[in-house]
Amino acid sequence: MAATARSLRASFSGVLMRLWRSSLGKKYVMAVTGLILFAFVVGHLLGNLLIFAGRTQINEYAQVLKSNLPLLWSARLVLLVSVVLHVVAASQLAHTDRRARRIRYSKFHILDSTLANRTLIVSGLVILGFVIFHLAQFTLLVVDRSYATLVDAAGRHDVHRMMIEGFQNPVVSVFYIISVALLSLHLSHGVASSFQSLGARSKKIEWNLKRVSLIVAIVLFAGFASIPVAVLTGLVK
Amino acid sequence: MSIKLNSKIPAGPLDDKWTRYRQEMKLVNPANKRKFDVIVVGTGLAGASAAATFGELGYNVKAFCFQDSPRRAHSIAAQGGINAAKNYRNDGDSVYRLFYDTIKGGDFRSREANVYRLAEVSVHIIDQCVAQGVPFAREYGGLLDNRSFGGAQVSRTFYARGQTGQQLLLGAYQALERQIHLGSVKMYPRTEMLDIVLIDGQAKGIIARDLVTGKIEAHSANAVVLATGGYGNVFFLSTNAKGCNVTATYRAFKKGALFANPCYTQIHPTCIPVSGDHQSKLTLMSESLRNDGRVWVPKKLGDNRHPGQIPDDARDYYLERKYPSYGNLAPRDIASRAAKQVCDEGRGVGPGGRGVYLDFSDAINRFGKHKIEERYGNLFEMYERITGENAYEQPMRIYPAVHYTMGGLWVDYELMSNIPGLFVIGEANFSDHGANRLGASALMQGLADGYFVLPQTIAGYFAGQKNGRYPNDHPEFRKAEEEARSRINKLLSIKGKRTVADFHRELGKLMWDDVGMARTEASLKQALKRIPEIRHEFWENVNVPGSASELNTALEYAGRVADFLEFAQLLAYDALEREESCGGHFREEYQTEDGEALRNDEKFSYVAAWEFKGVDQFPELTKEPLVYEEVRMTQRSYK
Amino acid sequence: MNLTLRIWRQKNANTPGEFVTYEAKDVSPDMSFLEMLDVVNEELMRRGEEPIAFDNDCREGICGMCSLMINGVPHGPLPQTATCQLHMRVYKDGDAITIEPWRAAPFPVIKDLIVDRSAFDRIIQSGGYVSVSTGGAPDGNTLPIPKDDADRAFDAAACIGCGACVAACKNASAVLFTSAKISHLALMPQGKVEQDRRVLKMVAQMDEEGFGACTNIGSCEAACPKGITLDNIARMNRLYLKASVKSGLE
Repeated sequence: MAATARSLRASFSGVLMRLWRSSLGKKYVMAVTGLILFAFVVGHLLGNLLIFAGRTQINEYAQVLKSNLPLLWSARLVLLVSVVLHVVAASQLAHTDRRARRIRYSKFHILDSTLANRTLIVSGLVILGFVIFHLAQFTLLVVDRSYATLVDAAGRHDVHRMMIEGFQNPVVSVFYIISVALLSLHLSHGVASSFQSLGARSKKIEWNLKRVSLIVAIVLFAGFASIPVAVLTGLVK
Repeated sequence: MSIKLNSKIPAGPLDDKWTRYRQEMKLVNPANKRKFDVIVVGTGLAGASAAATFGELGYNVKAFCFQDSPRRAHSIAAQGGINAAKNYRNDGDSVYRLFYDTIKGGDFRSREANVYRLAEVSVHIIDQCVAQGVPFAREYGGLLDNRSFGGAQVSRTFYARGQTGQQLLLGAYQALERQIHLGSVKMYPRTEMLDIVLIDGQAKGIIARDLVTGKIEAHSANAVVLATGGYGNVFFLSTNAKGCNVTATYRAFKKGALFANPCYTQIHPTCIPVSGDHQSKLTLMSESLRNDGRVWVPKKLGDNRHPGQIPDDARDYYLERKYPSYGNLAPRDIASRAAKQVCDEGRGVGPGGRGVYLDFSDAINRFGKHKIEERYGNLFEMYERITGENAYEQPMRIYPAVHYTMGGLWVDYELMSNIPGLFVIGEANFSDHGANRLGASALMQGLADGYFVLPQTIAGYFAGQKNGRYPNDHPEFRKAEEEARSRINKLLSIKGKRTVADFHRELGKLMWDDVGMARTEASLKQALKRIPEIRHEFWENVNVPGSASELNTALEYAGRVADFLEFAQLLAYDALEREESCGGHFREEYQTEDGEALRNDEKFSYVAAWEFKGVDQFPELTKEPLVYEEVRMTQRSYK
Repeated sequence: MNLTLRIWRQKNANTPGEFVTYEAKDVSPDMSFLEMLDVVNEELMRRGEEPIAFDNDCREGICGMCSLMINGVPHGPLPQTATCQLHMRVYKDGDAITIEPWRAAPFPVIKDLIVDRSAFDRIIQSGGYVSVSTGGAPDGNTLPIPKDDADRAFDAAACIGCGACVAACKNASAVLFTSAKISHLALMPQGKVEQDRRVLKMVAQMDEEGFGACTNIGSCEAACPKGITLDNIARMNRLYLKASVKSGLE
């Protein structure tokens, strides 16, 4: 018994390892990284919406973002680590979950489930693919290398032009809209779910939590989708 | 030659016996406890609490249950509560009063010393269960709540909503799982005891069948504890779980243990009536319902109106009419027989006319639906689930059903049977309830035996034991194994035309009609003639499919029913021999002018302990006289 | 009414199983689901065939022994109702019913519809108790407990350990069962004493048994015959986090 009691008290890194290995701990990782990425998505949207404010505003914003290298790279590092942890934890959990039911039911109703939570893995994978493409297109600028040469009147990188050129391609726009739709679907479950995983949910607040999640998801979708729509319809030129 | 029974009741004043017993009893050196192996069969309240406590004390325990987990035992279904003489309500309760109520409730057919001890340890049970985290009902001040139950004049019943048995069993189960974790108890779920093994006249182990693999195995130990519950399923329909059976105690009986008072069977007045031939069991609803419900039937024969349309003056509130001071809270047997009587008169309600109304409309008007919902919500839900009727809107229909069996293997003050090393606890023994059990006392007795009595008294047996444990390939084990195997093979080889349930149903109906709520000499003789006939047909015409070397539910059932078919006879013998009415045993020939049970203390103030003399042979009766030093026997009156 | 039953038959753990179709004739609406199966079994046995093996005992919805996946829902269509309390009046003539065992790797099939749920016992063994031995407990009223706490503890303690939560979960997760016991004991002062150890050990055991992770969907709550809620899971998640942080710092 003494041995077990001792093993429950572990060093700090030991505790982190135990958390990582446990199903609950991995859900904490999913929740925390998910919330970080969610916060990023919200900030990213707010920034992108500057496209409606005009070329100067969004190009200025982009320049400010990139001007503080240490901050930029720390943020990127946090986001990268979050994505990696979110994906690795998700895939490990999915592996355990599949092993937990090797023989499937011939008839199975997933009670109280929604489209969002039945499709988490699919939406997650599509979003991951999209993020890679999206980074390649607008951050690494490797899809169309000419984007790197776009410069506005003030000599800044012309993000405004780049976005318009990018979204004028209907394939890119449709993929983008589908992806942000799936992202919103993903978040409509994910945001409320992370509160539950972290133990910050109860019957009392459940209804509000679910409603807020849903509203946030709808707003995010509307916000993100508005950009390619505006570009394709010529609202933004 | 008849066996000489020694009940080993300690000398001295009643309230000092248990204290003195403990002061004087022999102890086992802590270092030696590991060397003693105890087998506990059955893991309900009594078995689980005993096994856990043995483990805590340092004995080596093997525990067996036929269910898939010890948490399933039928103690779990007890709804009402558990009595304890705490006097938290300041309403005049005391150990003595609980003792006296239990003796009186048992119609003066139980042992004073055992009952007093039960009342004494009752207070510790509550403390122990609270410490385990059992979520008893509480008042707003944070203290434990109590209610009055089953005709008691004081509020001494502790409860956990309508699921007291469940919560107490989970407490005992958790204590048991803790010991399993610590390695002091080895648990054998899905394992059924088929026989007990005696060596040199002492209980030294059991033969058990692994219900999954079909493997028959011998388990050896220094002592065997049976905590295998009651035999209510001899009536086929009862409130017992489907798996409840008499096999363990009956096998012990066949090996020489005396069976005491098998005719004392308790009929519970508030069960949901039978709905058809498919009925597999009866569901009890806590009799706490009678605290607020009023029992009635129409006054007129053939009044088939909807209950809501029958005006008050056309209703016969027969319990209130016949027993003005107790009214709807009249004791179980009285309430049950009164229901049978009005149904026999043809005034019963519902399909088949075997039912009476239990009406909550007055209580709902007085306290509001909310209060009634808070008190009985889960029971009303259960009722609706089973019958499809909403009891807030129309009265419940209830009818009596077999519920508990007071009889059981004979044990002495130390809870040991007449076979040295064979201990019997809980409902499986006969010891504390006499001819009838008070409401909320079954849980109390199970836990008293398991937590507080047997763990102490067993030490005395071990301390005085010379021969230890035998290897489980000892010839006696081999022989018992062979017998168990050949019996199983016999059952499988009959390949007749009728199913096991067919026979069980036939036996049950016979028992309910002729050996049920009201018995007569003629009905008992009729039953004694029929039982062997059914049994002989069973052994010639039963069909048990499948094999012995796999999970075979039909085979398990067949073995249990085969034992019921012999045991039924013992029950009827006892009922025939006891020419009086007392508690849960009512002989129509022996009643007062008012139709109340008429005891015969001069002739029958004894424990009837029966000894097996062969199948179809009349068993031999040994009488243990009941001597009352403390209480004066009174004829009970609930008028 | 007459029904068509599609029932999983499997001789033992090592033999593959298959669905077999049976006709249930003249089923009365007053029968319980298990009584309906009894009748089918009686008929099978009259023909000398082996009965369909299914777990059951108390038949009043409290022992937790009965199971059955009925048309894709544990314990069938009625909320907060165990199979033994499900009555046939919910079905109508001609209905087809698929009956399967609980499916989860930690609940291997023993025979037909019977599965081995001993994983639940091992989770309790790992810490689902208050470590007090018999004797020496103080008077029950020395420790006042607010009625609301006692009531909430009871709500969690009402779990019957049937395994419907695992059966209903897309991931075959056992968090509802585990969290119900953790919550029951954590809500009472008696259980608080060893709360950290308990939650760490029980969660570790739960994972070791091979159950999946929580989906946060709530299928378990919807399937639970005793109405155990997701609040318990949230509470366990909190307690586990707290216990982990504490064990790393102290």
